[in-house]
Amino acid sequence: MLYAILCYHDEDVVGSWTREQDAAVMSKLAVVQDKLKKAGRLGPVARLLPTTAATTLRKDDPPVVLDGPYAETKEQLLGFYLVDCENLDDAIGVAHDLGAANPGGTYEIRPVGLFQPGGTAK
Amino acid sequence: MTDSAWIDAALTSARPQAVGALLRYFRNLDTAEEAFQNACLRALKNWPQHGPPRDPAAWLIMVGRNAAIDEVRRSRKQEALPEDELISDLDDAEEKLAERLDGSHYRDDILRLLFICCHPDLPATQQIALALRIVSGLTVKQIARAFLVSEAAMEQRITRAKARVASADVPFETPGAVERSERLAAVAATIYLIFNEGYSASGETSEIRKPLCEEAIRLARLLLRLFQSEPEIMGLTALLLLQHARAGARFDANGEIVLLDDQDRSLWNQKMIAEGLALIDKAMRHRRSGPYQVQAAIAALHARAARPEDTDWAQIDLLYGALEIMQPSPVVTLNRAVAVSKVRGPEAGLQMLEPLAERLSGYFHFFGVRGALLMQLGRNEEARVAFDRAIALANTSAEAAHIRSHLDRLIRDSAKLGTKASKK
Repeated sequence: MLYAILCYHDEDVVGSWTREQDAAVMSKLAVVQDKLKKAGRLGPVARLLPTTAATTLRKDDPPVVLDGPYAETKEQLLGFYLVDCENLDDAIGVAHDLGAANPGGTYEIRPVGLFQPGGTAK
Repeated sequence: MTDSAWIDAALTSARPQAVGALLRYFRNLDTAEEAFQNACLRALKNWPQHGPPRDPAAWLIMVGRNAAIDEVRRSRKQEALPEDELISDLDDAEEKLAERLDGSHYRDDILRLLFICCHPDLPATQQIALALRIVSGLTVKQIARAFLVSEAAMEQRITRAKARVASADVPFETPGAVERSERLAAVAATIYLIFNEGYSASGETSEIRKPLCEEAIRLARLLLRLFQSEPEIMGLTALLLLQHARAGARFDANGEIVLLDDQDRSLWNQKMIAEGLALIDKAMRHRRSGPYQVQAAIAALHARAARPEDTDWAQIDLLYGALEIMQPSPVVTLNRAVAVSKVRGPEAGLQMLEPLAERLSGYFHFFGVRGALLMQLGRNEEARVAFDRAIALANTSAEAAHIRSHLDRLIRDSAKLGTKASKK
């Protein structure tokens, strides 16, 4: 089953990382991702730009466009992974490995109901 | 990442909120700062053992406030408050209390802190120094280094600024709507100045001063989070990101300036460009234009051009025209003249420069641009005069070296012409 692993963290903290710290985290994460990729289990991975770049569309009638993220929370959605896992335990294990490479913050693990890989966007 | 790096990042990011809240309690910059320092020291001792608290800012505010009150009581030889280790164990209770204290104040606390550091009574140099010290938490040594002055001189500048803030009647109450928008502009201007201090560095100093650019971007994002629907703050943040994206390409290995046309565009930071473009996109939807947005739009046109010849100079000319109306300044017109020369040729650019000659008679870039345009027209003797003047006005050795390379080319060209002529 496909699981989405949604990455939440305080973006002020992540934004305070120096470029070296950021690069160190990314290269540690790359090791975990590589393992999943080789096993053919890794779907798309995304790192989102800061919530200051976000726009929210509330689907009222007529729809309302708002600046900023949908919810003002202490931790923000900063990115996500899609990973093919046997079951929830397996998905938690993957999240564990990712968390060991990049401590701090929270992962929300959600089974994926519909997945359309698309494949044209670059 | 090591423990201490995590804690450092957490302390840095919690700083504006924590110092802002402590300032609300104590109404004195020094006391607030000292309380925060104390709280940080305790965090360094406590967090590695107990793990970081769920809300570092709330923890620091509580502990800092208690430490400062404790200090006052101790000096009055009264009973001390409970140890902060005891308080911090009551994680949930602590958080609720802190949230009740601060949840609604969060935005105002940070704003007050920014407003005080960018107080209109302070000269710009002091505003910048105070903002970097108090809001960003850079050490005096770091700030002194970035501004290329001695630590003692910077210490004095900050002390003076604090004294001035203390003697000025700074309102600690939440400013009203009108004052808020006025002061917001002042804060934006300070952030822009901090960035420029870093951006205008020469090749030799750009490494030392780059943190100023990064800090300005962090502050701009902070301000944007407080004012999520202000198109000018989006514009400012976009402008800083788009300019800073070129940092890696602006100087060569010898520290000499590389002009936009000659920069290796693969060295531009695409992530910063993406964020800058997203922000300017958002800002434009508001249809409330302003100088930062226009400047960001110009930077965006450069960022979007894969090669120099792809640059939409006609659009840049129009944008500089808009900026001239919003913010009339000979420097803006000078920049427009460059765009005009790209669209309609060097002669047209030169014509635009002529009326500026008097007002920009002491401005390095005026003579640099003038010399370059004259050179394109083959008026080499006049170009040489302009370049000589530019060298005399250069602010950094990199600027002077850059103009000298033009002069060398002129001399080489005229030597070539000379040999051709003698062959005839």
